[in-house]
Parts: sequence; structure tokens; C-alpha cells
Amino acid sequence: MKLAILWLALAGMFVVDAGGETVLRFPARVEAGAAFSVPTVGSGPASLYIVGPGGLLRRQVQLGEIVVFAANDLEVAGHYVALLLDGTTSQSAEFDVVPAPQVGIVSFLAKPSRISVNVRNGLSAVAYVFDVFHNLILQPQQVSFQITDASGRAESRSATTQNGVAWVRMNSAAKAGVAQFEAVTGNIRVKRVVQQVPGDPCAIRMAAHRSGQRVALETDPVRDCNGNPVPDGTIVTFTETHAGGQSTVDVPLKRGIARTELPAIAGAVISVATGVVMGNEIHWNGGL
Amino acid sequence: MSIRGCRRRVLPALLPGLAAVWLCGADAPEVHVAPLDSVGPRTMELQTQSSLVRDYLQSWQTMAGAFEQNRPEMLDGSFVGAAKDQLLNTIRQQQKVGIETLYRDRSHDLRVLFYSPEGLSIELLDKVEFEVEVRDHGKTVAKEHVRTNYTVILTPAESKWKVRVFQGGSEPTKAVESDRGLATSPAIRAI
Repeated sequence: MKLAILWLALAGMFVVDAGGETVLRFPARVEAGAAFSVPTVGSGPASLYIVGPGGLLRRQVQLGEIVVFAANDLEVAGHYVALLLDGTTSQSAEFDVVPAPQVGIVSFLAKPSRISVNVRNGLSAVAYVFDVFHNLILQPQQVSFQITDASGRAESRSATTQNGVAWVRMNSAAKAGVAQFEAVTGNIRVKRVVQQVPGDPCAIRMAAHRSGQRVALETDPVRDCNGNPVPDGTIVTFTETHAGGQSTVDVPLKRGIARTELPAIAGAVISVATGVVMGNEIHWNGGL
Repeated sequence: MSIRGCRRRVLPALLPGLAAVWLCGADAPEVHVAPLDSVGPRTMELQTQSSLVRDYLQSWQTMAGAFEQNRPEMLDGSFVGAAKDQLLNTIRQQQKVGIETLYRDRSHDLRVLFYSPEGLSIELLDKVEFEVEVRDHGKTVAKEHVRTNYTVILTPAESKWKVRVFQGGSEPTKAVESDRGLATSPAIRAI
């Protein structure tokens, strides 16, 4: 009974138009990578062509028999034209191969790959979802984006794909270091690394002591406003202003601290700055 | 609104608030472009709009040439990644069985769906009409007029946008869940 119903169903793919000519009817949609079959009517040999930019098949078939397409025959989603030619007549049909519903590949782009800490909406994440055959899945899919900073603190957002793509903007974390940025959908998890670097110095403070005929200057460890050490190499400027003029020294941070020596001139005012941040001033009176 | 004109003189007729029309020659496709100023999340510069459409239309020419001459290396000019691999496989299959296919695009109705925030990808929908001619060992065996949708993702290459995903068939966001498998056959519905 079931066989009879199936046969009727398959035979129903041929319809007779007003002129009495048979028209080849494929299923309107076939899932990529799925096996399916199509009946034929008539008798004798014929050539069946499946044509599309995404794939091409040519088969010799016997009219009246069912043509079986194996699971790997049509894996590329797209619009196809089917042609059945027996030398004297031709029949044609059009059908779509649609992506498999299961996500198999996620193309995940996280930008930028290097960013300062605590930048609001500074990171963008874009995920395109594909099936295992690299067909873009147009059905909405839930994608979870999660960024985990060096201390293990995580922030996540979800988005639903529209036309195969989901995207979000996220804040960079407060903790400097390597952050893991993930896109997760179904059982597919794709990771990207984002280097989160400290922000600009938040404050700077120096101390001074006599060193022979000179004054030795040393800053406290320089940090950004989130407490992250500012990278070594950041320039700190020491300026000594006195009656005879001004001396300036630029010093790169080493292990978070800048050190230098300036002439010990009684009455001089020594200041320190880095970036746009001014530090404390020291009025040098010969001792300390 | 749509006008025919010359493909080689693609005019960036992008009028603010209006659909753009590319003027093409007698044998060139009619091209209609939906307004691009509301596409997000990134704002699309006028120069990007112009080059996007130009490069995408060029990709159809590239594909047509490669499929007609069975020369997969021609694809390099307009395709990368999965799109290139898939087209390349089809051309190799054509070579194997002695078939050439001639694609002649007749009209494009383009709508940009997504311009990524960092500017590294653009997704567009093309309601396209084209003719496909199938030649088996040099003999034309069929000509068909096809009307379908293409979902396309382009990414910037050295000096132009190249097609990374080139997927025909169902319109994006259209629910096809209930239409999957044999149950979708009109004939079966009738039964």
C-alpha cells in the first residue's frame, strides 16, 4: 500500500499540460546532500542533464524508470535546470537545492584584533553561518558571541542571523591581555583572539632624591584608569624649570616606571607628564 | 524604473533617495539597484556603491566566459573562496563530460542586505533573469530562460570586490521549513 502511494506521489511529479505534452517536474526544493528520486515516463533511452553554476550532472536514463540521485550528487545550494532529452522530445524543470539545516561552518570575523581596554562598542563581530557543504544557511539561526578577558570575566550577547549573517558590537573588557572572542551556534564554536591593551595613563606621580650634584627622579608605576600597567616604551617627560631656563628629558617606561636624573638646581620646579596627563610638581630647594 | 544601456559604460546613477539604474547597451542586462543609503550597519560610500555594482556585474561576465570556454582560471578575476571552488568544480565537470553552458544575464534587480561594520563584507540579493544554453560536444541541446534569486557575499580584494558566496535559489528569510523534501512537490500536494 505504502509503495503504491509512493509510486503515485512520484508519478505525480509529471503533469500533463493543456497540450497533452508531459512536463518534467522535480521537487521544488531538495536539501543539499540529500538523496532523492524522480520518476520518468515513456520508454527508451534518454539523456538527463542537471545544470547550474553550482553543479552539473549528465546521466543516461531509461524512460519509465525512476532516476535516483545519491546523497552526494547535489551538495551545492542553488537553482538548477533539469533537462530530459530523448532525441525527439525534451522536457525541462527547475528546482532549488537548499542548504542543509544543520550549521557546519561559521565564518567569524572579529575586529579589531587589538584594542584598548574599556572601549564602548569598540569590537565588532560578524558571523556567517554555513552548512557542511559551505552553503549559506538563510533560515534564522541563533548565534551567541562571548568575550572572555584575561581574568576569566566574560560578557556575551546573542543575535539571530538574518539572510545568513549575525553581527553585534561589544565593549572591550577592563582587563588588559589576551581576550578570547567566541561565536557559538549549535555545536559549532569558533574562537578568535583579541589583544586588549591598556588605555592611556590615568595619572602619574614622581618622587625625587639627591644623587650627588643631581636629582634622581622616579615615577610610581604608571597605570591606566582601570589599573592596567601602561605598556613599556610609553614616553614620560620630565621638565625642570629654573631661573636660567628649562631642561626637558623624555624617558620611556621600563617595567612600568620612568627614571632619570636632572641637575640639582636650588629653586627649580620639576614637573612630569605623559600623554595628556600632568603629574605632580616638585620644588627643589636643595634638599628633600 | 529600468533602462537598457551599455555595460562598459556603467554609470553611477545613484540619486539620493531614488533607486539607481545602470544604463547598459542593447545586449547588456537591465540593471536596477535599490537605494543603498539605508543599508547597515556601515554607511556605504558612493564610491563603494559604484564599484560594488560594477564588480558584481563583471562577475557575471567572468562566470559566463569561464563556463562558455570551460576555462576555470578565468574565475580568478571575480571569485574567491567557496564561490570560486564551487564554480571551478562545475567547470571541471563540464570539461569531463564535454559540455559547455552559456549564461546570458538579462536583468538584475539588486538590493544590498548587509554591509558589515568593519567594511569587509557586503551581502546582496539579486533577483536575476538569465538564459542558459547547454551545448553537448558543441551541439546546442537546450536553451532555458531562468528567473531566480542569488544571495551573494562580496569581499574586498586587491582593487575590487570579489564574490565569495554565490548562491542561487530561494529568497533569503523566506521560510522554507514547511517546504522541505518531497512534501514540497506540487504534485504531491495535489494528491
